[in-house]
Amino acid sequence: MSRLHDAFARAKSENRAALIGYLPAGYPSVQGGIDAIVAMVANGVDIVEIGLPYSDPLMDGPTIQAAVDSSLRGGTTTRDVLATVKAVAETGAPTLVMSYWNPIERYGVDAFAADLAAAGGVGVITPDLTAEEAGPWIAATDAAGVDRVFLVAPSSTVERIAVVSGITTGFVYAASLMGVTGVASVSQAAPALVERTRPLTMMPIAVGLGVSTAAQAADIAVYADGVIVGSAFVRLLLDAATPADGVAAVGRLAAELALGVRRASAG
Amino acid sequence: MTTDSLPRSDSLGGPLPSSMPDTGGHFGRYGGRFVPEALIVALDELDAAFRAAKTDPAFQAQLTHLLTTYTGRPSPLTECLRFGAAAGGARVLLKREDLNHTGSHKINNVLGQALLTLKMGKKRVIAETGAGQHGVATATAAALFGLDCVVYMGEEDTRRQALNVARMRLLGAEVRPVMSGSRTLKDAMNEAMRDWVTNVDSTHYIIGTVAGPAPFPEMVREFHKVIGIESRAQVLELTGRLPDAVTACVGGGSNAIGIFSGFIDDPEVALYGFEAGGDGIDTGRHAAAITGGSVGVLHGQRSYVLQDADGQTVESHSISAGLDYPGVGPEHAWLADTGRATYSAVTDTEAMDAFRLLCTTEGIIPAIETAHALAGTLQLGRKLGPDSVILVNCSGRGDKDVETASRWFGIMDGDRAPEGRA
Repeated sequence: MSRLHDAFARAKSENRAALIGYLPAGYPSVQGGIDAIVAMVANGVDIVEIGLPYSDPLMDGPTIQAAVDSSLRGGTTTRDVLATVKAVAETGAPTLVMSYWNPIERYGVDAFAADLAAAGGVGVITPDLTAEEAGPWIAATDAAGVDRVFLVAPSSTVERIAVVSGITTGFVYAASLMGVTGVASVSQAAPALVERTRPLTMMPIAVGLGVSTAAQAADIAVYADGVIVGSAFVRLLLDAATPADGVAAVGRLAAELALGVRRASAG
Repeated sequence: MTTDSLPRSDSLGGPLPSSMPDTGGHFGRYGGRFVPEALIVALDELDAAFRAAKTDPAFQAQLTHLLTTYTGRPSPLTECLRFGAAAGGARVLLKREDLNHTGSHKINNVLGQALLTLKMGKKRVIAETGAGQHGVATATAAALFGLDCVVYMGEEDTRRQALNVARMRLLGAEVRPVMSGSRTLKDAMNEAMRDWVTNVDSTHYIIGTVAGPAPFPEMVREFHKVIGIESRAQVLELTGRLPDAVTACVGGGSNAIGIFSGFIDDPEVALYGFEAGGDGIDTGRHAAAITGGSVGVLHGQRSYVLQDADGQTVESHSISAGLDYPGVGPEHAWLADTGRATYSAVTDTEAMDAFRLLCTTEGIIPAIETAHALAGTLQLGRKLGPDSVILVNCSGRGDKDVETASRWFGIMDGDRAPEGRA
């Protein structure tokens, strides 16, 4: 059983959802990014997603675009992302990378999976890799022993959900709305999507996109196994007067959200 | 002589190049679909509508009617004697897509996709545009069919192509300048994709080139095939034979695929694509994905891409907004690898020299995009010699480029010619 499954199982045993936090690597600097992620973990984030900055992030709204642009202008490389994974994995939190496909293909599909495993990473979320194109990635992740997480969306038919669930390991990422990150709030489509997905997978299901508050986290924790928060953390770093302020603010939000995913079981 | 009198050759061995793509939208290792799962249902719906329309006589009749009565097809073939003299005496034949309504080949594809939009019951179209020609064509079709229309255009391009911004707004479209990234075509396409994934229920994204996720490369080719079909017949009628070479400029590559498709199964006809070489390939400031790029995934497909060692897209550079794109359609990548078509780069300076030459020898002001094909044709003609026949896709007209060209040549009042450019 992977460390990822351990984290979901532990949350379940506590009768709550797992809290999954996203931040991109290299923002505001490589070390600054690590500091912020470590603060998330220290304040109750169970599972970490580290964004691999990419020049053309089709799924991301202005908030993550701004941080990622800045990270790339600062010279962040794929090696820096793996170094960030290594530093964060040392906290003991299961650590995934979220990456658009081209940087992985460019690095080398097998090499990326192997180097991620060597850095202590547990898996990769690939938002623009379709099942039809995933053959080499399935082989590479199997060989390296890392999880591969794919997304389902409100528009996904039952047939598509079955296809995506069939190749996913770790957890199924349910996008709560049609759109990009950090713009709209979690939609009414989310519970229906989780309900449609549930019979088609044994994996935990985590809901992301448009989740920014403890109240939303509490709502989602009622029907999903994990709650994913990204842009709200990034926004705090973007707005912070100093990197230290940003780290502190990220820690505070993580603590609030950690209460949120626990509140559902009380109410 | 008629089109029918020259049978298609099938002597290539193996499947004809025209049999591509496969059912997954692959041209060899290129193409495919690399998109958020949220878009898969819309792409499947589009694919089904496209395949149904291909064999639907009513759809085809409606499209043909529009192409004839609205676009002004068939577009003529013009022999360029004075320009040809500068091209080693070759017979240079221009396929005049610049004379289409809205001023370029783009309208062929847009009318097809707009009809599909109606068939799918959607009320809103979006588009990306670089030079503005595709945006103008989309705004035009939206006006014609009463669709809401938003065009994404890099902020840098809205300045370079201000005339086309005004045209789109006059036609009732909303032009949204894109401020992210390099503020050019690539970023406009990113923003259009984000809009599409958000509004996919109501909206069709009319991609303007033979790129993007399947079925776009195949579908856009299908709607531009008319260029190749017409010009093959026209060249045969005029010269009694097939051309030795067909040339076109290549950014994403839609006009090139359109004209190439008419000759793809004629192995005796050489196909040449001319990419935007900007300041020169060796300077790194160019937009030549095949000539100066490497294999990668961008905007939903695998093809050649300008990228760095980490797979980050590198900014492209070209005087031509319509070619200023760091990727290229997957079929071109495949045609390049198989050797069926040959791709090389033309610098800004070479393109602008050819631009000027066509103006002064033929009385035709081409689009700067098209000028890249003309520059390549000059080089090719000198190689092939006086007996050769070269068909050039004159993909667009240059009204939109008058200001850029005036600045380049220093011919506006008060301008001084930059050294070596006049």
